[in-house]
Amino acid sequence: MELFNMIEGIRVDMTWFLILSALLLMIGVYGFLTRRNTLAILISIELILNAADINFAAFNRMLFPDGQEGYIFTLFSVAISAAETAIAIAVMINIYRNLKNNFVSNLDKLKW
Amino acid sequence: MDYTYTILILLLPFLSFLVLGLAGKWLSHRTAGLFGTSVLGIVTAMSYYTAFTYFTADRINDVFPTLVPYNFTWLPFFDGNLHFDLGIMLDPISVMMLIVISTVSLMVHIYSFGYMHGERGFQRYYAYLSLFTMSMLGLVVATNIFQMYMFWELVGVCSYLLIGFYYHLKPAVAASKKAFIVTRFADLGFLIGILIYGYYTGSFSFDFTNTAVYLNGAQPGVEEGFSKAIAGAGFILPTALFLMFIGGAGKSAMFPLHIWLPDAMEGPTPVSALIHAATMVVAGVFQVARMFPLWIQYAPETLHVVAWIGAFTAFYAAAVACAQSDIKRVLAFSTISQIAFMMVALGVCLPENGFTDNHASLGYMASMFHLFTHAMFKATLFLCAGCIIHAVHSNEMAYMGGMRKYMPITHITFLIACLAISGIPPFSGFFSKDEILVAAFEYSAVMGWIMAGIAGMTAFYMFRLYYGIFWGTENKEYHEKHVPHESPAVMTVPLIILTIITLTVGWCLPGSFGSYISATGTPYHIHLNWEVAGTSIAIALCAIVLATWMYARSTQPVADKLQATLPQLHKWAYHRFYLDEVYQFVTHRIIFAYVSRPIAWFDRHIIDGFFNFLAWGTHTLSYNIRTFQSGRIQQYALVFLWGVIVLLIILLIP
Amino acid sequence: MAQTIVFLILAAIILGCAFMAVTTRRIMRAATYLIFVLFGTAGLYFLMGYTFLGSVQVMVYAGGVVVLYIFALMLTGRHDNKENASLSLGRKFAALISSLCGAGLLMFVIITHQFAENSLTAPSEQTTTVKLLGQQLVSSDKFGYLLPFEAVSILLLACIIGGLIIARKR
Repeated sequence: MELFNMIEGIRVDMTWFLILSALLLMIGVYGFLTRRNTLAILISIELILNAADINFAAFNRMLFPDGQEGYIFTLFSVAISAAETAIAIAVMINIYRNLKNNFVSNLDKLKW
Repeated sequence: MDYTYTILILLLPFLSFLVLGLAGKWLSHRTAGLFGTSVLGIVTAMSYYTAFTYFTADRINDVFPTLVPYNFTWLPFFDGNLHFDLGIMLDPISVMMLIVISTVSLMVHIYSFGYMHGERGFQRYYAYLSLFTMSMLGLVVATNIFQMYMFWELVGVCSYLLIGFYYHLKPAVAASKKAFIVTRFADLGFLIGILIYGYYTGSFSFDFTNTAVYLNGAQPGVEEGFSKAIAGAGFILPTALFLMFIGGAGKSAMFPLHIWLPDAMEGPTPVSALIHAATMVVAGVFQVARMFPLWIQYAPETLHVVAWIGAFTAFYAAAVACAQSDIKRVLAFSTISQIAFMMVALGVCLPENGFTDNHASLGYMASMFHLFTHAMFKATLFLCAGCIIHAVHSNEMAYMGGMRKYMPITHITFLIACLAISGIPPFSGFFSKDEILVAAFEYSAVMGWIMAGIAGMTAFYMFRLYYGIFWGTENKEYHEKHVPHESPAVMTVPLIILTIITLTVGWCLPGSFGSYISATGTPYHIHLNWEVAGTSIAIALCAIVLATWMYARSTQPVADKLQATLPQLHKWAYHRFYLDEVYQFVTHRIIFAYVSRPIAWFDRHIIDGFFNFLAWGTHTLSYNIRTFQSGRIQQYALVFLWGVIVLLIILLIP
Repeated sequence: MAQTIVFLILAAIILGCAFMAVTTRRIMRAATYLIFVLFGTAGLYFLMGYTFLGSVQVMVYAGGVVVLYIFALMLTGRHDNKENASLSLGRKFAALISSLCGAGLLMFVIITHQFAENSLTAPSEQTTTVKLLGQQLVSSDKFGYLLPFEAVSILLLACIIGGLIIARKR
């Protein structure tokens, strides 16, 4: 009951969402830095995008509940990420055709 | 009289140079030679025509007018008063020089046709000759000292090119470099002199009226009191003139800048005749004569210094000439000696009777006269030497002797030229040298006797040369192997023409030389001073007799004995008193070792090293930096992330 | 209170699955964990009362994008769908440190910043209807989003063409 009362007093506010999205962002960044497969990197990018989406929605909902800017931009963001994924996967399939694998360490032609 | 056509006198040889220089490769030797020679023929005809019309035109105030038929401002300076012009100025000495240059040049052109027959680079040779003729003509008709300087350098370049004509031979290359460097070094003095002169008088022009303005202290840019003080001190103008004279001394091979001239004999012999005997080397004399009104009015003492330098040079060169065995070397030293005579003649002029006395300034006329006659007989001598070398294939007297049987025309012309240079009447050299001696005696008896003695030495070494070549011991062994022969007509005709001029110019001119050229421009009647003339003839005859006695026979016991008794003297004279070695020592041991080498070291290690270090540093740095661009996207992302983090931290710091 | 509990549960799902998605060896599993992250996000939207957004998230992301991933994974072969362990420990460590630094910094910024004291209330209180949304998307009024809408549609068209061109066989 003590615990229940304690949780009762805690209210979810802006900070919670922001912390959540910050952690999600950094997990995505970690994935981006450590994964070797391009598709796995793409998954990390999706995590990062999701963190941004959560921020959009949370800002709208918590700070400006009368407007719809965050809402609509989240919609757009979902659409754009879908498009980006489609293109990226097309590129990767092309890379796979040429290199027979999808390791990002092989994609270093663009150096000195 | 319209003289604008005289610009063609400069343009035609230049055109010839361009054609032969650019298209020479596709011309046959014959065409190239004919083209160059005929263009020069036209130039010569125009020069003669100019001279004829100029000297037969009426005098103005008893003076031949100074004409400027063509002139344009090339480079104006800040205040408009000082400007470099290019143009043509005709006055008695420039017209006389036109004749000298075009005549000798034409003779050399014709002569070279035979002498250079079949040589590699025949077209190039004629192109250089044309360029030289143009430059020399431009030098003498210059309207201002800067134009003179420009063409002065051009003749220096031509001299360099022609001395080094046989550029595959090492001595020729060394000689051309030596000539160029020594004269360049001297020309530095000339340039500084010009700049000082131009700065203080506000003019480069040969119209010296501005210089009078200078004396009144009213030239632009300089305070009146200042310039008056300088003028009063009488320092600037003599300095400027003497610096110019250093340039002239370099070109005219005055001691101690004479060292390049004997080596210049590495060039083809006709070139020696044209450039290093008759025309270019008298540029220094001509320059002093050009600036003569200034010398005599503002710097007479300095002028006498010039005279003494000339006298010493004349003596030195004559002494060396007595011991040389290479015939071209003998002639080279005789040239130095004779040019020094001209310098002496200019130097001994006295500023009496308001600077404008023809008699006190007799040396001016004498110098120009000697320049004229010397050009003719020295060209003859060199061309004869060319014939002999052509026949014998050697410069050394040891291979000659007894040549009179094989080459009669050369023998006669050479003999006449020798008599002329020795000062025997009625040959031209007698008249001009006599005037010089008169002028020298006017200045001081000491100078007069010195010059008379040197004239005797001249006669001696010339006849030593003459006997050595045409009489004396014949090198039968060598001549049997290779029989000498008389040169073809294309080579002997110029000799004969020049000899005729030498024979006649002393006494055949209508009036006399002095009625055309004199210090003031008014006619001066040359009357032989028989006291001086008799002395000089006697000395010359004695010298000739001595030479005959010593060298005409097939054996030379006296000469050998003399050489044996005075071995040191002979050795020193033969090695030109080791002046070249002194130069060598000064330049190599002192200047190169203690000045140039440290500078070169500094240049190579500090200056170059600094820039090499810059290049090396940049290269190394970029070589290391480039590995950052690995192409690994994740590495970039990491760096990017850290960039963001650092930026964030920076922004968070209040 | 209920919101707090639901939020905490959703946050745990999102972070846990995200962590699994970036650490698992098998990419197919990573894609699966991604689905759960997306679902969790959709839950958050529902919690906020953005029901339409939540359903779009589920349909487009979870239904469309992840299916694309799975097809791509299948197309690029099975043998290398496993992450090799050859990635050096140093690099992993560097990435971890960097991420933690970033996270800490962001957290610091977020916590020290004072936001408005609004807290999450019941979903029914939110009044954004699909009708209003639809009107706003295609209106050019003050609160209209016609221009971004058109921009996104052109972008999608460009992506269709681009995807076709990139992926087609030559």
